[in-house]
Amino acid sequence: MELDSVILSRMLTSMTLGFHIIFATIGVGVPVIISIAEFIGIKKKDPHYFLLARRWARGFTITVAVGVVTGTCIGLQLSLLWPSFMQVAGHVISLPLFMETFAFFFEAIFLGIYLYTWDRFKNPLHHWLLTIPIVIGSSASAFFITTVNAFMNTPQGFELENGVITKIEPLKAMFNPATPTKVFHVLTSSYMTSAFILASITALLILKGRKSVYLQKALHLTMVTGLIFALGTAVAGDLSAKFLADKQPEKLAAAEWHFETEKGADLILFGTINENNEISNEIRIPKALSFLAGGSFDTEVIGLDEFPEDEIPPLWIHYMFDLMVMIGVFTIILSGIFLLFSKLKTRNPFNKPLLSFIIASGPLSMLAIEFGWIYAEVGRQPWILRGYMKVAEGATKADDVGITFLMFLILYLVLGIICTIVLMRMFRNNPAEKELKNRFPNSRAF
Amino acid sequence: MSVELLGITVLWVFLYGYLIVASIDFGAGFFAYYGKVTKKDHVINHIISRYLSPVWEVTNVFFVFFFVGLIGFFPDSAYYYGTALLLPGSISLILLAIRGSFYAFGNYGSKDSSVFLFLYGATGLLIPASLSTALTISEGGFIKEQGERLVFLAKDLLISPYSWSVVLLAIVSVLFISASFLTYYASRAKDLEAMEVLRKFALFWSLPTILASLLVFASLRAHNMRHFTNALEIWWMFGLSFVCFIGATLLIYLRRNMGTAFILVMLQYFFAFFGYGASHLPYVLDPYITIYSGYTNETMGIALVVVFIAGLFLLIPSLYLLMRLFLFDADYVKGNRK
Repeated sequence: MELDSVILSRMLTSMTLGFHIIFATIGVGVPVIISIAEFIGIKKKDPHYFLLARRWARGFTITVAVGVVTGTCIGLQLSLLWPSFMQVAGHVISLPLFMETFAFFFEAIFLGIYLYTWDRFKNPLHHWLLTIPIVIGSSASAFFITTVNAFMNTPQGFELENGVITKIEPLKAMFNPATPTKVFHVLTSSYMTSAFILASITALLILKGRKSVYLQKALHLTMVTGLIFALGTAVAGDLSAKFLADKQPEKLAAAEWHFETEKGADLILFGTINENNEISNEIRIPKALSFLAGGSFDTEVIGLDEFPEDEIPPLWIHYMFDLMVMIGVFTIILSGIFLLFSKLKTRNPFNKPLLSFIIASGPLSMLAIEFGWIYAEVGRQPWILRGYMKVAEGATKADDVGITFLMFLILYLVLGIICTIVLMRMFRNNPAEKELKNRFPNSRAF
Repeated sequence: MSVELLGITVLWVFLYGYLIVASIDFGAGFFAYYGKVTKKDHVINHIISRYLSPVWEVTNVFFVFFFVGLIGFFPDSAYYYGTALLLPGSISLILLAIRGSFYAFGNYGSKDSSVFLFLYGATGLLIPASLSTALTISEGGFIKEQGERLVFLAKDLLISPYSWSVVLLAIVSVLFISASFLTYYASRAKDLEAMEVLRKFALFWSLPTILASLLVFASLRAHNMRHFTNALEIWWMFGLSFVCFIGATLLIYLRRNMGTAFILVMLQYFFAFFGYGASHLPYVLDPYITIYSGYTNETMGIALVVVFIAGLFLLIPSLYLLMRLFLFDADYVKGNRK
């Protein structure tokens, strides 16, 4: 493989996005959980939940900062690395891009206010109200930017004649066939991942021997929200598969190693594939792919044989798809068991093995996000604008992509490491128990 | 007003907004670091941090807004600037990334880290210098079309007197705008000690801003005669800018009406910036893109303007709330309220 501008541009874009979505996911999901915690605190008049909201919000600021700067990077890199693509697509997608910055603006203003007005209002509900524009802003930016990505998968709302775009309908482009399922999946999976990340931090502290009521409440809250959003994610994922079967069949077929169009198609779990496209070591579930694609065991599923060879995505995305789904199922079972144990009272939900699994659930969910995006993005190769423009036509012709890649690699390494250190130090130096005593001296908790 | 002109005006307003809020921010970073080195940090740094904490994220959005809007209204600019600016643009991005994240690391994470403060202060001067090269390039002469390829003449940019005079103007302006704002902010906080330090900074940087402006004019004449002649036609804009400058400096010198003084500084840059922008027209990138040739199609242009107006209804009240809570709340400014 030669490292030309196209490959390097793809590598740099993947790296920036791969790093950015860690913080973007947290940025979309954590405000929702913070808002829920503060609301419960107000309703129950329970300082534990206030403290949860406060401490999560404080850590959140650090991740927001990295999210903002890496978001700025990818925003500009779109034009720096893919100038020809942006010159064409800019005519159609600038509306959602523009709206995304509005949503981001809105969120930024209210986040600034929220963080500095904890003790300003007499009525605690007024402070909680500030979380609403934050949640609206962060979820709306996810919505708008996802419509752009959806557009690249199923472009519509314009006509392209000899490189010139005409007959543009901005709203039709935004609300393209991929938009509903993609937005649904992105939002629920971000909420879910954030819940499990907070849960895994809490579980780690409990496993280390801290047994306060505060941590137990935190774990319970995050596991309940985690389960709800994980179930939502599963529904969204199922709808996405049906969408793919209908509108982007080559992506689903490549993920499932489904070569020939047929009714009653098998679902393939795991397995390996050789260069002759022969599959071994797999688990076959008869007719399940048809069920996944159309809700009935006889649905006809389009196979890769119907596409020209140079328009088929790489087949390794099968592993990404499998891993993503596996992790999703794992989190549902895990949070289900935890809540069942909490209800039963005969079992200890804070037992060591269960806690260890919960600790793993946060990082695993984040990995599932990465795998899912890799699947979604590599699954539309070789297209940058499916059916209209291939990736190679959109890339920059400049020579300096290699050095730029190295500079950003170093930047992300430094940001990633320091961000982790700062976050760990921030909470280690100021444990919740101590903060609770200082801030709410009259509380008799613990 | 044609929709093209409306589009570029909207963008220019946002770039102006970024110029003001980012200058305050960039300069503040430099002063905070300078304060630490000269052991004056206990006097001025709390003023700086009390202003910056709630607004740093908003500052960044102005910038994102500008470039997303530019590509939206003028998609051709993505092609030309995108290709030409890969390296310089990436360097600016990396500086912005270091600055933004290290501000948060330093301010919310580990306080009193002088490494973080150094990075924050140093990038505060490098970013305006690197961002101003985009404006220099827009004058033409630094990009060449060779068949299918666009070549960025980096060497020409590095030896151009015009380019360096713009960099110089950018840096001294940042320090002047920032110091005059912080002087006003300190005077509101009734923190006389901090005000005196910051006032000296403001006066120190006032003269260089005017000298640098004159230098830019002189070198523009040599670099782009068309633009220079256009600028002379609206000389009164620059005249008004100068009058505002005199008024602002005088008030700061006399220690009177610091709020008015800062508004005059804003007006000084408003007239100069819009005078510069108006005389630059119709070119977005001389000679490749004009606001007419590079404009997006009619439907998208109108959609963007509609969204923009709708967005303003959301943003203006929110920004007003932000300012009332932190900028104009006397108790907060004085530090009596967290």
